[in-house]
Amino acid sequence: MTQIPPIVSAGGASMTDAELALTLVLLLLAPLAIVGVALINTGLGRSRSAAQALLGSLMLVAVTAIVFLFVGASFAGTLGNSEIALHAAGKTWSVFGLGPFLLHGISSASPQAQLALLFEFLAVAMLAIIPWGSGADRWRLAGGCVSAAVLAGIVFPLAAHWIWRSGWLAELGANFSLGAGFLDAAGAGAVHLVGGLSALALVWIAGPRRGKFPKEGLSTAMPGHSAVYVLFGCLLALVGWLAWNAAGAVLWLHTPLAQLPVTAINTLLSASGAVMITFSVTRFRFGKPDASLCANGWLAGLVASSAGAAVISPIAALFIGGVAGVFTPLVVELLELALSIDDPTGAITVHGAAGLWGLLAAGIFSPQSGQFLAQLVGIAALLGLMLPLLFLLFAILNRIVPFRVDPDGERIGMDLHELGGGAYPEFVIHRDESYR
Amino acid sequence: MKYAGLLVMPAGFFLTLAALVLFPDPARRSAFVLCGLAVECLGFVVTIRAHIPARGSSRP
Repeated sequence: MTQIPPIVSAGGASMTDAELALTLVLLLLAPLAIVGVALINTGLGRSRSAAQALLGSLMLVAVTAIVFLFVGASFAGTLGNSEIALHAAGKTWSVFGLGPFLLHGISSASPQAQLALLFEFLAVAMLAIIPWGSGADRWRLAGGCVSAAVLAGIVFPLAAHWIWRSGWLAELGANFSLGAGFLDAAGAGAVHLVGGLSALALVWIAGPRRGKFPKEGLSTAMPGHSAVYVLFGCLLALVGWLAWNAAGAVLWLHTPLAQLPVTAINTLLSASGAVMITFSVTRFRFGKPDASLCANGWLAGLVASSAGAAVISPIAALFIGGVAGVFTPLVVELLELALSIDDPTGAITVHGAAGLWGLLAAGIFSPQSGQFLAQLVGIAALLGLMLPLLFLLFAILNRIVPFRVDPDGERIGMDLHELGGGAYPEFVIHRDESYR
Repeated sequence: MKYAGLLVMPAGFFLTLAALVLFPDPARRSAFVLCGLAVECLGFVVTIRAHIPARGSSRP
């Protein structure tokens, strides 16, 4: 166990009162990103599972907050000044933090540490609702809650400590002269890439929706039930993301207030470039633009901006978004048609692939030398360790609390099966033609 | 095969870690980090291929 400096002096500077006040306001706006993703998840699922999808998002936010309070916050080490570290090759490799149990002493912690903790509470909630969308129409509430508990108690604290506090990825710059260490100001890696990998592990374990991949022919199209929810969710997500990226830049990169407008402009440009390109690609491929894929493109642009919006130029942000806009519809199609992966919300692509691209792009466009290699090492850590860990944990959990609803529950819909009533009781329910 | 793929992925990660420690020279270090990532990608592809369901075994 080693001692680390308190977070107030991280980066060598404490925050001014103006920075503290602005960061608090930004963090109070950031939950709109979670609201947006929850609405998108609901809209892209079926109408007979809509209430369960939205209630699930609410429950996951609650579960992650409670579990992070009891377990995760200690291991993330945001409030503490101790850590478990390995010493090898003359370097210190901080693996996880040792903060006070139950946030003991939070009121006497520095305001910067309290804000960092609030950021992590929001980040872990966002992380948990990403795979929830991928399991739409078949993932039980109980399964969602226990998986969220594992994410908040084990997986996220590890990633957060490595990347944001004083973990070995954050120290790559000091220890190995790799740029400024792993660059991920607003969670492209710790939240979105890990969320996308969680979604992939979940989809592998839970399997596709009934009737999605019939014995013969192409996969069955199961469109979302409300494009309005989805597109309104995108607009809400923009507000949240502008605040999230700016708050992350102040907290973890110590970006001066004068540079925050550029961070916000870069976020907007990345999303704009992505949605324009996705609009064009789907218009070209299908004859008409696809609303749900455009929403995916928009969100992918926001996710891709999360790593480096504070350090790149506006034209680079536009390019990063544009690339995300190109691959989003193609990867969604590849996963469904070639790999038989049933991901109703496209979370694996939107959060996983776009998060990965955002991390790489931050290394490409960062002015620091050696930054690209630091990004590669961080990606290797998240991909090579987190995916096997997530699959193992979810597989064990699935044995204890089965993730998937029984076939009868899937047939009548998650609302009726789990909640006893539908989200839209006045709707006429037609026979589902997809069961063939 | 999916478990084999999942085991190969951490092996790739440890290769990147070894590259950091063993090679101070940036060119060699970069090459070995890329090799580690390539090994991870190999494990990832193997895992994905193992999860593709055969069409005949799909549920009706």
